[in-house]
Amino acid sequence: MAFNIELPHVGESVTEAVIGKWLKAPGDAIEKYDPLVEVITDKVSMDVPSPATGTLTKIHVEEGETVLMGSVIAEMSVADDADMPANATTSSFASRIGTLVQGANVGPTGGEFVDTSLSIFEPEVMESVPGSGGTRTSMESEPSSRQKGFSPVVTRLAAQHDIDLRCLVGTGLGGRITKQDVQAVVDSGVAGNVEIAASQSNPSSGDIVVEPTPIRRMIANHMVKSMSEIPHAWSAIEVDVSGMVEWRAANRVRFESEHGVRLTFLPITLWVVTSALRTNPQINSSWLDGKIVLKKSINVGVAVAAGEGLVVPVVHGAQDATIVELAGMLNGIVQRARSGAMTIDDVRGGTFTLNNTGALGSVWGGAIINHPQAAILTTEAIVKRPVVISSNGEDEIVVRSMMNICLSFDHRIVDGAEASKFLQMVKSGLESIDLQTVLK
Amino acid sequence: MTERTVIEAVRATIQAEMRRDSSVIVLGEDVGIRGGVFLATDGLIDEFGEDRVIDTPLAESSICGIALGAAVNGMRPIAEIQFADFVWPAINQLVGEASKVRYGTNGVKTAPMTVRVPYGGGVRGGLYHSQSIEVLFAHTPGLSVVAPATPFDAKGLLATAIRTNDPVIFLEHKRTYRLVKGDVPDADYTIPIGKAEIKRPGTDLTIIAYGLMLHYALQAADMAAANGISVEVLDLRTLRPLDEDAIVESVSRTGKALIVQEDTLSVSISSEVAAIIGERCFFDLDGPITRLGPPEIPPMPFSPIQEAAFMPSPDKILAAITKLAEI
Repeated sequence: MAFNIELPHVGESVTEAVIGKWLKAPGDAIEKYDPLVEVITDKVSMDVPSPATGTLTKIHVEEGETVLMGSVIAEMSVADDADMPANATTSSFASRIGTLVQGANVGPTGGEFVDTSLSIFEPEVMESVPGSGGTRTSMESEPSSRQKGFSPVVTRLAAQHDIDLRCLVGTGLGGRITKQDVQAVVDSGVAGNVEIAASQSNPSSGDIVVEPTPIRRMIANHMVKSMSEIPHAWSAIEVDVSGMVEWRAANRVRFESEHGVRLTFLPITLWVVTSALRTNPQINSSWLDGKIVLKKSINVGVAVAAGEGLVVPVVHGAQDATIVELAGMLNGIVQRARSGAMTIDDVRGGTFTLNNTGALGSVWGGAIINHPQAAILTTEAIVKRPVVISSNGEDEIVVRSMMNICLSFDHRIVDGAEASKFLQMVKSGLESIDLQTVLK
Repeated sequence: MTERTVIEAVRATIQAEMRRDSSVIVLGEDVGIRGGVFLATDGLIDEFGEDRVIDTPLAESSICGIALGAAVNGMRPIAEIQFADFVWPAINQLVGEASKVRYGTNGVKTAPMTVRVPYGGGVRGGLYHSQSIEVLFAHTPGLSVVAPATPFDAKGLLATAIRTNDPVIFLEHKRTYRLVKGDVPDADYTIPIGKAEIKRPGTDLTIIAYGLMLHYALQAADMAAANGISVEVLDLRTLRPLDEDAIVESVSRTGKALIVQEDTLSVSISSEVAAIIGERCFFDLDGPITRLGPPEIPPMPFSPIQEAAFMPSPDKILAAITKLAEI
């Protein structure tokens, strides 16, 4: 290993020195601390010692030259740490550590006292010695109440990765959150971040204070993260789904008997949305570390209200599925979500979210984006309304089945024009469905 | 490659260094005709004669004083202290004088001497043949203190100690002498002073040990592995200067440290290691810095039962591992 020899600083007021006589020449073997070169400053003359044992390889500064303290004056090479010959390392590491010889003579001078076993006179014996202090462990006197706090590494990791430690379940002694517990959250990439603002209003008397369940807390953290990181913008559009309603009524019984799955509006909506996402890839993207990541796969999360709270199982690879396949996949994940039998894969990897708030009667909404996705679409309630339709230059009021669809989008990635284009595409896709639409 | 015990590795290394460099001499009580009380110098007087293998009076101050004088005047003496327990009369020669030669002469003189000190207990040695004396020397700037635990390290470090131009206290744990057997290359090699070594890699916690306790720690680590606890074992090898970077690197990775030593804990090597960890690993710690050592009583007891109670053992280390891992 080669390294530079620098002129050492010898005092605060000394900034430069004149190099005197070199006491070693390139090629010389030198011992650590051997005098290397004479140096003259305005205060002292001194010999600079070698900083290491090795060989002087090059001299940079000639006698009589003035140089700044700290500058490189020569180079040397030193042997590597353990200057062992190659054959020294051929021995396996285990055999280097060695084994313990049972029955070896280990008496005071190497005789008499035979080492019978390393575990002779072990703890059983210790306990039989009354009043013996026994071997001392420094931990023993620590009160158990100290387990309440977070260890330094846990605190550091949580701060680094925006993890709210109150959301974690500790596996350590007394439920302590260990380094491994935090590391598992970091590795899983589902860190729930939350900034707790100082409580603005204290509960007054009669108020009931409810401790949120872990899932409630996760949802809360996730919402705060999304709203605080993503600049949301909203846009909505009306869709005439009369054709789709007729189509579903006409196909429902046959579909269920052929495929064993209920035919709802969800699979066909999902199918239309997926094809609109394919032509508007920026809606199917993520803002990640200052870059926009356009997702290759279209994995649509479908919000489902389950017993404990909102869950969003994901239909993976929606771009490759037919309506029939989508219906089957949706049926499976919704069933699993409602029965609490979801797997990790069911909720991972979403790139866009579809939320059928209409099922609850809602007609308009401004959803919060499922971080770190770029957008979320709600489909609202289908209601029959009088609508003005123009045909052949004449306006006419008719009763149609109408549905609002509302898009919340990340304004860092998408502008209003692109959002509207996407909504228009979904609208025209849904409105083009009629009795002639063939299931595939 | 030859399989050797620690004492055999020590003897072979002294012999090799004496053949390599005629300024290397051996002196001590019974090191000549008797070949040393542990036979570390057995046969050397036949090969090198009584000018280079010198039987001395029973006076440690004299042994170390003579060694120091010889060293300052160009020899490379290896002084043998028969038992560490007897080194105290030589404290002035070692701590008071040898450590200060280079500084005191402004680098004009150095003291290239090695003092071999068999130390430690668990050998039924009682009060006067079991002491751990490392702390006093490890506290002293100007001395290097080396404590190998394996035959391989004993050879590499002893060769380095003999060739180093400053005084080295070379600690040999008596119980490892014939207990630990391992492969030792026949070829010449050295191991640098001041370098610890990970003897067993692990992820859940780091045990830091030296000497006999290294082997107990390795045994305990094996037992802990059966319980699903992954223990890293760091062998300090050198007690002065401590390999701070190796300690910090390992503990930063595992987040937990257990320091095991046979010496009593107060103001000891473990105190220093704990301080280093506290200073440099704070934000990586996931548990209390933990130490395991004997009770704070004056001597190692002679009674076998009490001696066993005094000494840390693999089982006691395992209990400490388990407790620390569970936190």
